[in-house]
Amino acid sequence: MQLASEAVNPAPGDDGVKAAAALAPRLKKQSRALGWLVDLWRPAVFVVILFAAWWAVTENGWVAPYILPSPGDTWNTMVENAAFLGAHTWVTTVETIIGFAIAVVIGELVAVMMIYSKTVEKTAYPLILFAQVIPKIAVAPLFVVWLGFGMEPKIVVAVLMAFFPIVVSGMAGLKSVDPEILELTSTMGASSIKTFLKVRLPASLPQLFSGLKVAATLAVTGAVVGEFVGANEGLGYVILQANGNIDTAMLFAALIIMSLMGVLLFALIQVAEWFLIPWHSSRRVTGSAATAG
Amino acid sequence: MTAMSPEKSKLQLDPVVEIEHLNVTFSSKRGHRVVAVEDASLTIGQGEFVSIAGPSGCGKSTMLKVVAGLTRATRGSVRLRGSEVTGPRQDIGYVFQRAALLEWRNVRANILLQAEMRGMDRARANRRADELIAMTGLAGFEKSLPHELSGGMQQRVSLCRALLHEPDVLLMDEPFGALDALTREKMNIELQRIWRETGTTVILVTHSVSEAIYLANRVVVMSPRPGRIQEIIDVPFGSNRDFGETLALPEFGDISARVRDLLGATHAED
Ligand SMILES: Nc1ncnc2c1ncn2[C@@H]1O[C@H](COP(=O)(O)OP(=O)(O)OP(=O)(O)O)[C@@H](O)[C@H]1O
Ligand SMILES: [Mg+2]
Repeated sequence: MQLASEAVNPAPGDDGVKAAAALAPRLKKQSRALGWLVDLWRPAVFVVILFAAWWAVTENGWVAPYILPSPGDTWNTMVENAAFLGAHTWVTTVETIIGFAIAVVIGELVAVMMIYSKTVEKTAYPLILFAQVIPKIAVAPLFVVWLGFGMEPKIVVAVLMAFFPIVVSGMAGLKSVDPEILELTSTMGASSIKTFLKVRLPASLPQLFSGLKVAATLAVTGAVVGEFVGANEGLGYVILQANGNIDTAMLFAALIIMSLMGVLLFALIQVAEWFLIPWHSSRRVTGSAATAG
Repeated sequence: MTAMSPEKSKLQLDPVVEIEHLNVTFSSKRGHRVVAVEDASLTIGQGEFVSIAGPSGCGKSTMLKVVAGLTRATRGSVRLRGSEVTGPRQDIGYVFQRAALLEWRNVRANILLQAEMRGMDRARANRRADELIAMTGLAGFEKSLPHELSGGMQQRVSLCRALLHEPDVLLMDEPFGALDALTREKMNIELQRIWRETGTTVILVTHSVSEAIYLANRVVVMSPRPGRIQEIIDVPFGSNRDFGETLALPEFGDISARVRDLLGATHAED
């Protein structure tokens, strides 16, 4: 009869699990950062090959410089016009970031409202879908007419571009909560605000972040498209000017900066994701390590 | 007053859960009606352990959810500690078949979710969490995330969470269904001890006949379509039960045969 009270000991395999659990976080932190760098070698090789091909084509004169400038010319243009390009990059960056931030706030708010009210969902969702299928480039001129040549119309286009993936991923994330956990919290007498902050919102983050990554690159596109339509500053303006002057080196310089901007924004969100939802990325790394091994 | 229904006469203790002529009918959008529970009556006394067994779909989970206030009764009534159940009840602890843990919270934080949601006193909640962690053999794993735990350990976390606020009634819906036989046995032994030490009233839904009998004071056998209480069997063993000894008792064999018989009979009717 005494045996039962001694059965406090965990299951036999638990000691091994305990040791593994103690070791796991350290291993994971290293392998996460390392894994990411190691994984970069493939795209890096690809980029090197691309640049080599670009260099070969221009160096041998197979393509006229006004059609395709050499990497060297492009680099020189970048260096010579560093201040000029820097100023315009700054403008586009500000437009992109403000547009993206507004899209995040409004998108998440709309997602939350649609989750908590069927009426809002049924009203807003078709409208949002409809707004999404209208080509943004087609309405951009309208915003210039309404808002002038400043940053405002560019920000609006960036918001419109980034908004949709944020709403969709935000909603999918909020819906992904285990219904049993919600039943459980209802027996805990928690307010819906508390349940939202402690359960629904954190549970939605992994899906929301995949939407944010898409949205970030779209926000850059949005800002540049806005600049195409009517602007006297920004990378879109630089591209149009360079195009008019058949200054392909400048065009390429602006294009490369634009791409780097998108990549940087993406990377920033990736880092934020690591900090905000380490439980999710760490899980993914262990998953891939398991399949790789 | 307690002599109203026949099985109450056996209870020396105050009734904690009173289910009277409970009927739960679900109607789907296409007009199908499913009678999940029909005319179920059951009274459970303070500190009693009741197991509910029955074939799949006979309304076991539904009955448990009605007691918790998560599902509405179509007819009849359920009272918890004397007050009518009309919405989600907070004086219960609920354990699901899946541990249903928050994957971003470590073991300790998952257990303390209960305290945070209820706005419990921090110091008291922390002390209670420590006790439960020690009691369920989770010591040393407080910082682990759910995906770093085995299924049995996850289920123990879920049990700790359900016990943190010292509920009057613990409702468990096939809590060990996903575990292997050996871990399940260990969990049974632990649950037996925890029940003995805490004196909580427990309703346990299970598919395992020996689990049902080993743990309970009474085993409720249900039959499907519509879900009815077929028979309530008393388990006459003391509260301190050794697993091996209890299973070897001749009475255990008798009760087990009876339950299996009832379950077999309902299966045959399918
Ligand atoms: N929310 C619901 N809507 C419609 N029908 C439901 C709902 N919940 C349960 N049912 C139906 O009620 C019946 C009883 O379901 P319940 O989940 O209570 O069975 P159970 O005894 O717990 O079965 P199992 O052992 O498989 O868990 C089933 O026929 C099921 O289809
Ligand atoms: Mg069930």
